[in-house]
Amino acid sequence: MIYVAPIHNPIPGAVRYISQQLPNEFRGLVAVHQTKFDPRIALDKTRNQYNSTILLAELLQELPSKHAKIIGITEVDLFIPVLTFVFGEAQLNGNVAVASSHRLRNSYYGLPENPDLVLERLYKEAVHELGHVFSLTHCDNYRCVMHAATGVEELDLKNAAFCSACNSVLRSASF
Amino acid sequence: MGRHRIRPFEVNIRRRDGHGWAIQMPAPQDRTEVRGLKNHTAAILVVDDEAAVRESLCSWFQKDGYTADTAADAVEALKKLSKRAWDIILLDIKMPNISGMELLRRIRQIDPDIVSIMITAYASVDTAVEALKGGAFDYVVKPIDPDDLSRIVRKAIEQRKLKKENLSLRTKIEDMVPEEELIGDSPQIKKIQEIIETVSQTDVSVLIRGDSGTGKELIARLIHAKSTRRYSPLVAVNCGALPESLLESELFGHEKGSFTGAQYKHRGKLEISNGGTLFLDEVGTIDAKTQVDLLRVLDSKQFTRLGGNQVISVDFRVICATNQDLEQLVKEGKFREDFYYRINVFPINLPPLRDRSGDIRLFAQHFLERYAIQIRKKVLRLSPEALSLIMKHDWPGNVRELKNAIERAVVVAGGPEIRPEDLPFDMNKISKPRGESSIAEVERAHILDMLGRTGWNITRTAQILGIDRVTLYNKIKKYGLSK
Repeated sequence: MIYVAPIHNPIPGAVRYISQQLPNEFRGLVAVHQTKFDPRIALDKTRNQYNSTILLAELLQELPSKHAKIIGITEVDLFIPVLTFVFGEAQLNGNVAVASSHRLRNSYYGLPENPDLVLERLYKEAVHELGHVFSLTHCDNYRCVMHAATGVEELDLKNAAFCSACNSVLRSASF
Repeated sequence: MGRHRIRPFEVNIRRRDGHGWAIQMPAPQDRTEVRGLKNHTAAILVVDDEAAVRESLCSWFQKDGYTADTAADAVEALKKLSKRAWDIILLDIKMPNISGMELLRRIRQIDPDIVSIMITAYASVDTAVEALKGGAFDYVVKPIDPDDLSRIVRKAIEQRKLKKENLSLRTKIEDMVPEEELIGDSPQIKKIQEIIETVSQTDVSVLIRGDSGTGKELIARLIHAKSTRRYSPLVAVNCGALPESLLESELFGHEKGSFTGAQYKHRGKLEISNGGTLFLDEVGTIDAKTQVDLLRVLDSKQFTRLGGNQVISVDFRVICATNQDLEQLVKEGKFREDFYYRINVFPINLPPLRDRSGDIRLFAQHFLERYAIQIRKKVLRLSPEALSLIMKHDWPGNVRELKNAIERAVVVAGGPEIRPEDLPFDMNKISKPRGESSIAEVERAHILDMLGRTGWNITRTAQILGIDRVTLYNKIKKYGLSK
């Protein structure tokens, strides 16, 4: 079971879109989970960013069952302590992941907003992070959703789907 | 790869209210066994006293398919360094007790090839300079841009890979060092071995002198193989085997269209030997003009290709060899004095085989073993009669003649022992007690005999004698031989 959890006002329609699309890539049921924790505990006021690792820890506390996977969808700007930002974070071969649309918006880069594009980017990021949860590491195939992207340009280049190699690893992973 | 247990992913963060707050997440079963679709073989160790930093970096690298682990301080890092090989180490500069800079120094003592990347939260030019001077590959400031981190690690891995490749190629080259060794335990050979050891460590010009077949090229190869230039080529040019015009082109190269027939640009031996050693065999046969040109190159280390204007800089060591009396040639005005002094900085005189009879037995046994393996015949020894014949022979063709004689004997031997009849027929015939004839007389008679047998077929005779055609022509001229 995969749960999609909105955190701190995600962009409208994002949770619904992702919940509907995820079955294209992952077997099993997908459901929405309403989080109970206050995401502000992850806010680092000096950086004005949210520590994604703390969000993961909070999501882990709310895991409905130990075999479930949960991905938080948010609009807040994420970071891990050593990096300036992250699009998302996941527990490799674990249960939890988080993806943010903050730096996926065109407006962040001074370009006209494109709501469809940001949804598409966020979905790719969510699939990517969930791929890590299912033990996948980064892929050299730049078209594969598991290809590491540190910029939206790379994100736009890749597909929202796993390449055949990643797909076979995913299928062999138990969930 | 050894398996080791890692404690759960744990990040300690303080809440504003001051209560300690620990996030605990189950770590992958084994950090060294995370599946990936990248063929990363690099192992990365992250050393930082901040748990959040080291764990997030470790996790970042694992998601990239690397084998990654963490150490909280220098002591733990050194312990992990002693247990397995690491390709890249990310080091926090500020750590309690032993600082990152001190740890960097110790890591470089343990393995200078490990690529170290320093991390700091306090950027300053001084620290950056100190880190790079201390041998760090790069220096990053926290928080790091994800793109920068990926780029730096990719570059570090590339550097590590190049270093490994370089090392592997060097090892391969070491393995390719000529199998030949200087055989003999005579005082003359021991002295030459000492000279080779000494001269190979310098860059001086060496002139190897000795009769045909004494192993001049072998000496040149040994000097090259023991020198710091061994990873670059040894380019041998037999100056006696080429007409004057061709030799010039062969040495200096030529541009397209520089002379009739120069259809393509050609890199000369001087250019090819850049970084390595140029071996000029039969240097006494080089014409006066080429001597002048070569002298200029040896002095300036620069030249132009024939028909070209571009000045090419080269760096090579020159080793020359001759069996001629260069001093006499200088006196006769056939060899330039300035060129003679330029190439004769360090002379090595190879004694003829007849002057070191003690080595003949060693050579015979060495060649017997070599050809028995090459030809795959179980020829194990020389009969006492064959050995006696070999010891009595004057060997005008020196080591080359002995080598050919043994090779032939191994081929024709019918059993495990080489008998006198297996040795070249003519050798049986002309062997005489030493002192009865001069070497020149024996050589003249032997060459004439061989020429007679082959019907004056120069190529065939040169093959039998184990010398090249030019040398045979020179000897025919020298001894005034005719049909």
